[in-house]
Amino acid sequence: MAHDEHAHGGHELSFMERYVFSVDHKVIGLQYLITSFIFLLVGFALMGLMRWQLAFPGTPIPFFGGLFPSDLAPNGVMSGEFYNSLGAMHGTIMVFLGVVPLAVGAYGNYVLPLQIGAPDMAFPRMNMMSYWTYLPGGILMLASFLMPGGAAQSGWTSYPPLSIINPGQTVWLLSMVILITSSLLGAINFLVTTINMRAPGMSLWRLPVFVWAQFVTSVLLLLAFPPLEAASVLQLMDRVFHTSFYLPKDLVILGQAYAGSGGGQPLLWQHLFWFLAHPEVYVLVLPPMGIVAEIIANNTRKPLHGYKTMVFSMIAIGLMSFMVWAHHMFISGMSASLSNFFLVTTMIISVPSVALMTCLVFSLKGGSIRFNVPMLFALAFIPLFAIGGLTGLPLGLTVTDIYLHDTYYVIGHFHFVVVSGSIIALMGGTYYWFPKWYGRKMNDTLGRIHFWGTTTTMVGIFLPMLFMGLGGASRRLYDPTAQLHNLPVQGWNVVATYSAYLLALFQIPFIYNFFNSMWNGEKTPENPWQATTLEWACPSPPPHGNFEKTPTVYRGPYEYSVPGRKTDFWMQTDKN
Amino acid sequence: MNNPDTHSGVTNAKLGVWLFLASEIMLFATLFTSYIVLRMASTSWPWGWDVLNVPLATLNTVILISSSVTIVMAYAKAYDKDKAGFQKWMAATILLSLGFLVVKAFEYGAEFKLGIGPHTSVFYAIYFTMTGLHGIHILGGIAVNAGLLYMSSVDEHWANPLFLGRVEGAGLYWHFVDIVWIFLFPALYLL
Ligand code: HEM
Ligand SMILES: [Cu+2]
Repeated sequence: MAHDEHAHGGHELSFMERYVFSVDHKVIGLQYLITSFIFLLVGFALMGLMRWQLAFPGTPIPFFGGLFPSDLAPNGVMSGEFYNSLGAMHGTIMVFLGVVPLAVGAYGNYVLPLQIGAPDMAFPRMNMMSYWTYLPGGILMLASFLMPGGAAQSGWTSYPPLSIINPGQTVWLLSMVILITSSLLGAINFLVTTINMRAPGMSLWRLPVFVWAQFVTSVLLLLAFPPLEAASVLQLMDRVFHTSFYLPKDLVILGQAYAGSGGGQPLLWQHLFWFLAHPEVYVLVLPPMGIVAEIIANNTRKPLHGYKTMVFSMIAIGLMSFMVWAHHMFISGMSASLSNFFLVTTMIISVPSVALMTCLVFSLKGGSIRFNVPMLFALAFIPLFAIGGLTGLPLGLTVTDIYLHDTYYVIGHFHFVVVSGSIIALMGGTYYWFPKWYGRKMNDTLGRIHFWGTTTTMVGIFLPMLFMGLGGASRRLYDPTAQLHNLPVQGWNVVATYSAYLLALFQIPFIYNFFNSMWNGEKTPENPWQATTLEWACPSPPPHGNFEKTPTVYRGPYEYSVPGRKTDFWMQTDKN
Repeated sequence: MNNPDTHSGVTNAKLGVWLFLASEIMLFATLFTSYIVLRMASTSWPWGWDVLNVPLATLNTVILISSSVTIVMAYAKAYDKDKAGFQKWMAATILLSLGFLVVKAFEYGAEFKLGIGPHTSVFYAIYFTMTGLHGIHILGGIAVNAGLLYMSSVDEHWANPLFLGRVEGAGLYWHFVDIVWIFLFPALYLL
């Protein structure tokens, strides 16, 4: 299939073929990049509204309050239903339309074929289809705000029976099925590409950590998403055809007996959902870790500490991630022996995770570190992500989870992981690979402003969440002040809200820097960071087909500062 | 790029089909698991043979297994570059799969006439969902097979080595759809 796609090198590509329905992995990667950054902004904006309600419950939303129809925000004050919609859509958009497409669709698409020395993905047309299912799926998800009944209101977890009763859920389910299809197309493509299309000499142990991360991630996507697809189909049946897969017998809603047959299992959904959603956590985390590993090796000018340990850890995480899902359900009434099983598997999976982090830290030791902008992000990733990871342990231990479950502590924990972890790494990746994409560098000063502003305000948002949770504040509360025991920690909500608005401000230099540097940035050579991996062995930006001639690989990915050499880096393509 | 001289020695297309089937296995495995969970937790679960039409389903089993044989024959003919033979066996495969859908439609029709639908009970819910999804997979297979049949009428495709690979991929998928039925039949009708 791949061959005829390249055959049209002969005729001039039209604008549509080149930029819109392109089959070139690099164009598709950038399409994913821009789209997912936009979705991240949208998800962030939704949260900006919610944060107002959380900090100042019952007061009109400034500036924007009047823009909403009065059933959503009467007199500019957010209604409870609207709050729930915003929360559910924030989570869904951030995870499925923001971080995953950015980590996999954008970085994976652009960088993976280059790093293995391939001219393109194995199935370029399927690659294009993957983007063009993602975008409509995402738009449908957003459009659900405009439909009768509004957007889904049952959280990104969509637990029944609420999700079956609440309005908006049908569109959520439909767009999830579309998005899952898109990511399956992508996963198959990544796997076949990595298995089959490596340049001569690119053995498995010469693959950069980033490629390994994408590979393991694709396996997770391939095997974990279909169960959610099946589960979504069952939920769709419950909503549209009035089956009772997830509805128990004799259900009473607002004093009314539910008309369906009943006899189903609400907990079945929770199991199926988390069977996807735990591996999904590693989908959110592994590619960013791969990015951090690349940046660290490049800027410490020495080989990564424990390359093989890192690879084996990622494979171990991949396998184990299918065996820990019910740690999200400790208080759902499962038997003690089952909880113990999941407690133990959760503690086991934290071992390779810690191994990965340890390797990153040890990689710094003895290096002559270059503190450029990508490296600042990579360095910040380590402690911030570590907070996220370590705060997860008490959630995996049944005793402590009984108290912490469904509190703001949980929200704090996973935002440290996915925001000040994954997103920080993904931003670092933008600064790192920008010269490859556009042959120009992003501005350094603006980059530093963006870095310091972003990291400090992120801590300002998420640390208060940990405190509030420890203080007993529940998550998904429309009005935290309605419960007396939340009043002592309510001040933290104000801190978090202002930090979030500052965080928004600090993204302006980033956005400006990105677009301005595309045209006005300082021009860079092919390999500005003096890196060793293959993506730096072709022109910037790489032409259609990437490499002038298929590269041959002679060595491992991180041969920095090899004694006896004139330069401190030894590219994978250099014979000697 | 797409010749068998890849790192794994397997063509991209074939590897892609296998990976796709791996995800399909996860999809149906989830449905079977849900079926087991729902049934174990249920207080009243009918015997399949009491409420469903076993003779019709048996007929369908025979039809599907035969279609697995005919698609293998089609592949063998394509391998020999025997165009007429390929078209004959592929047409037979498509006719058999259409036959399967017709029989299934009779079954559904009889149930609907009695006022039975997915909403009736969890048993019927899972029955309609699983057989319905399987039916959609059959439809997909028919589309692919019909596409190949159409392609085979253009001589140019016979010169393309990828054509045989596509036939093989379609065959793999078709076998998978058959195997799903081989599990569905006893699970829903006989146990
Ligand atoms: C910096 C920007 C962000 C801020 C200020 C923020 C803030 C919040 C807050 C306050 C909640 C709790 C809602 C409640 O208690 O009802 C929440 C929920 C959530 N957030 Fe974020 N978040 C941000 C970015 C992200 C990102 C990047 C992701 C994922 C990759 C994410 C995923 C989620 C999820 C899954 C939930 C749970 C939604 C639910 O309850 O169903 N957030 N966020
Ligand atoms: Cu988990």
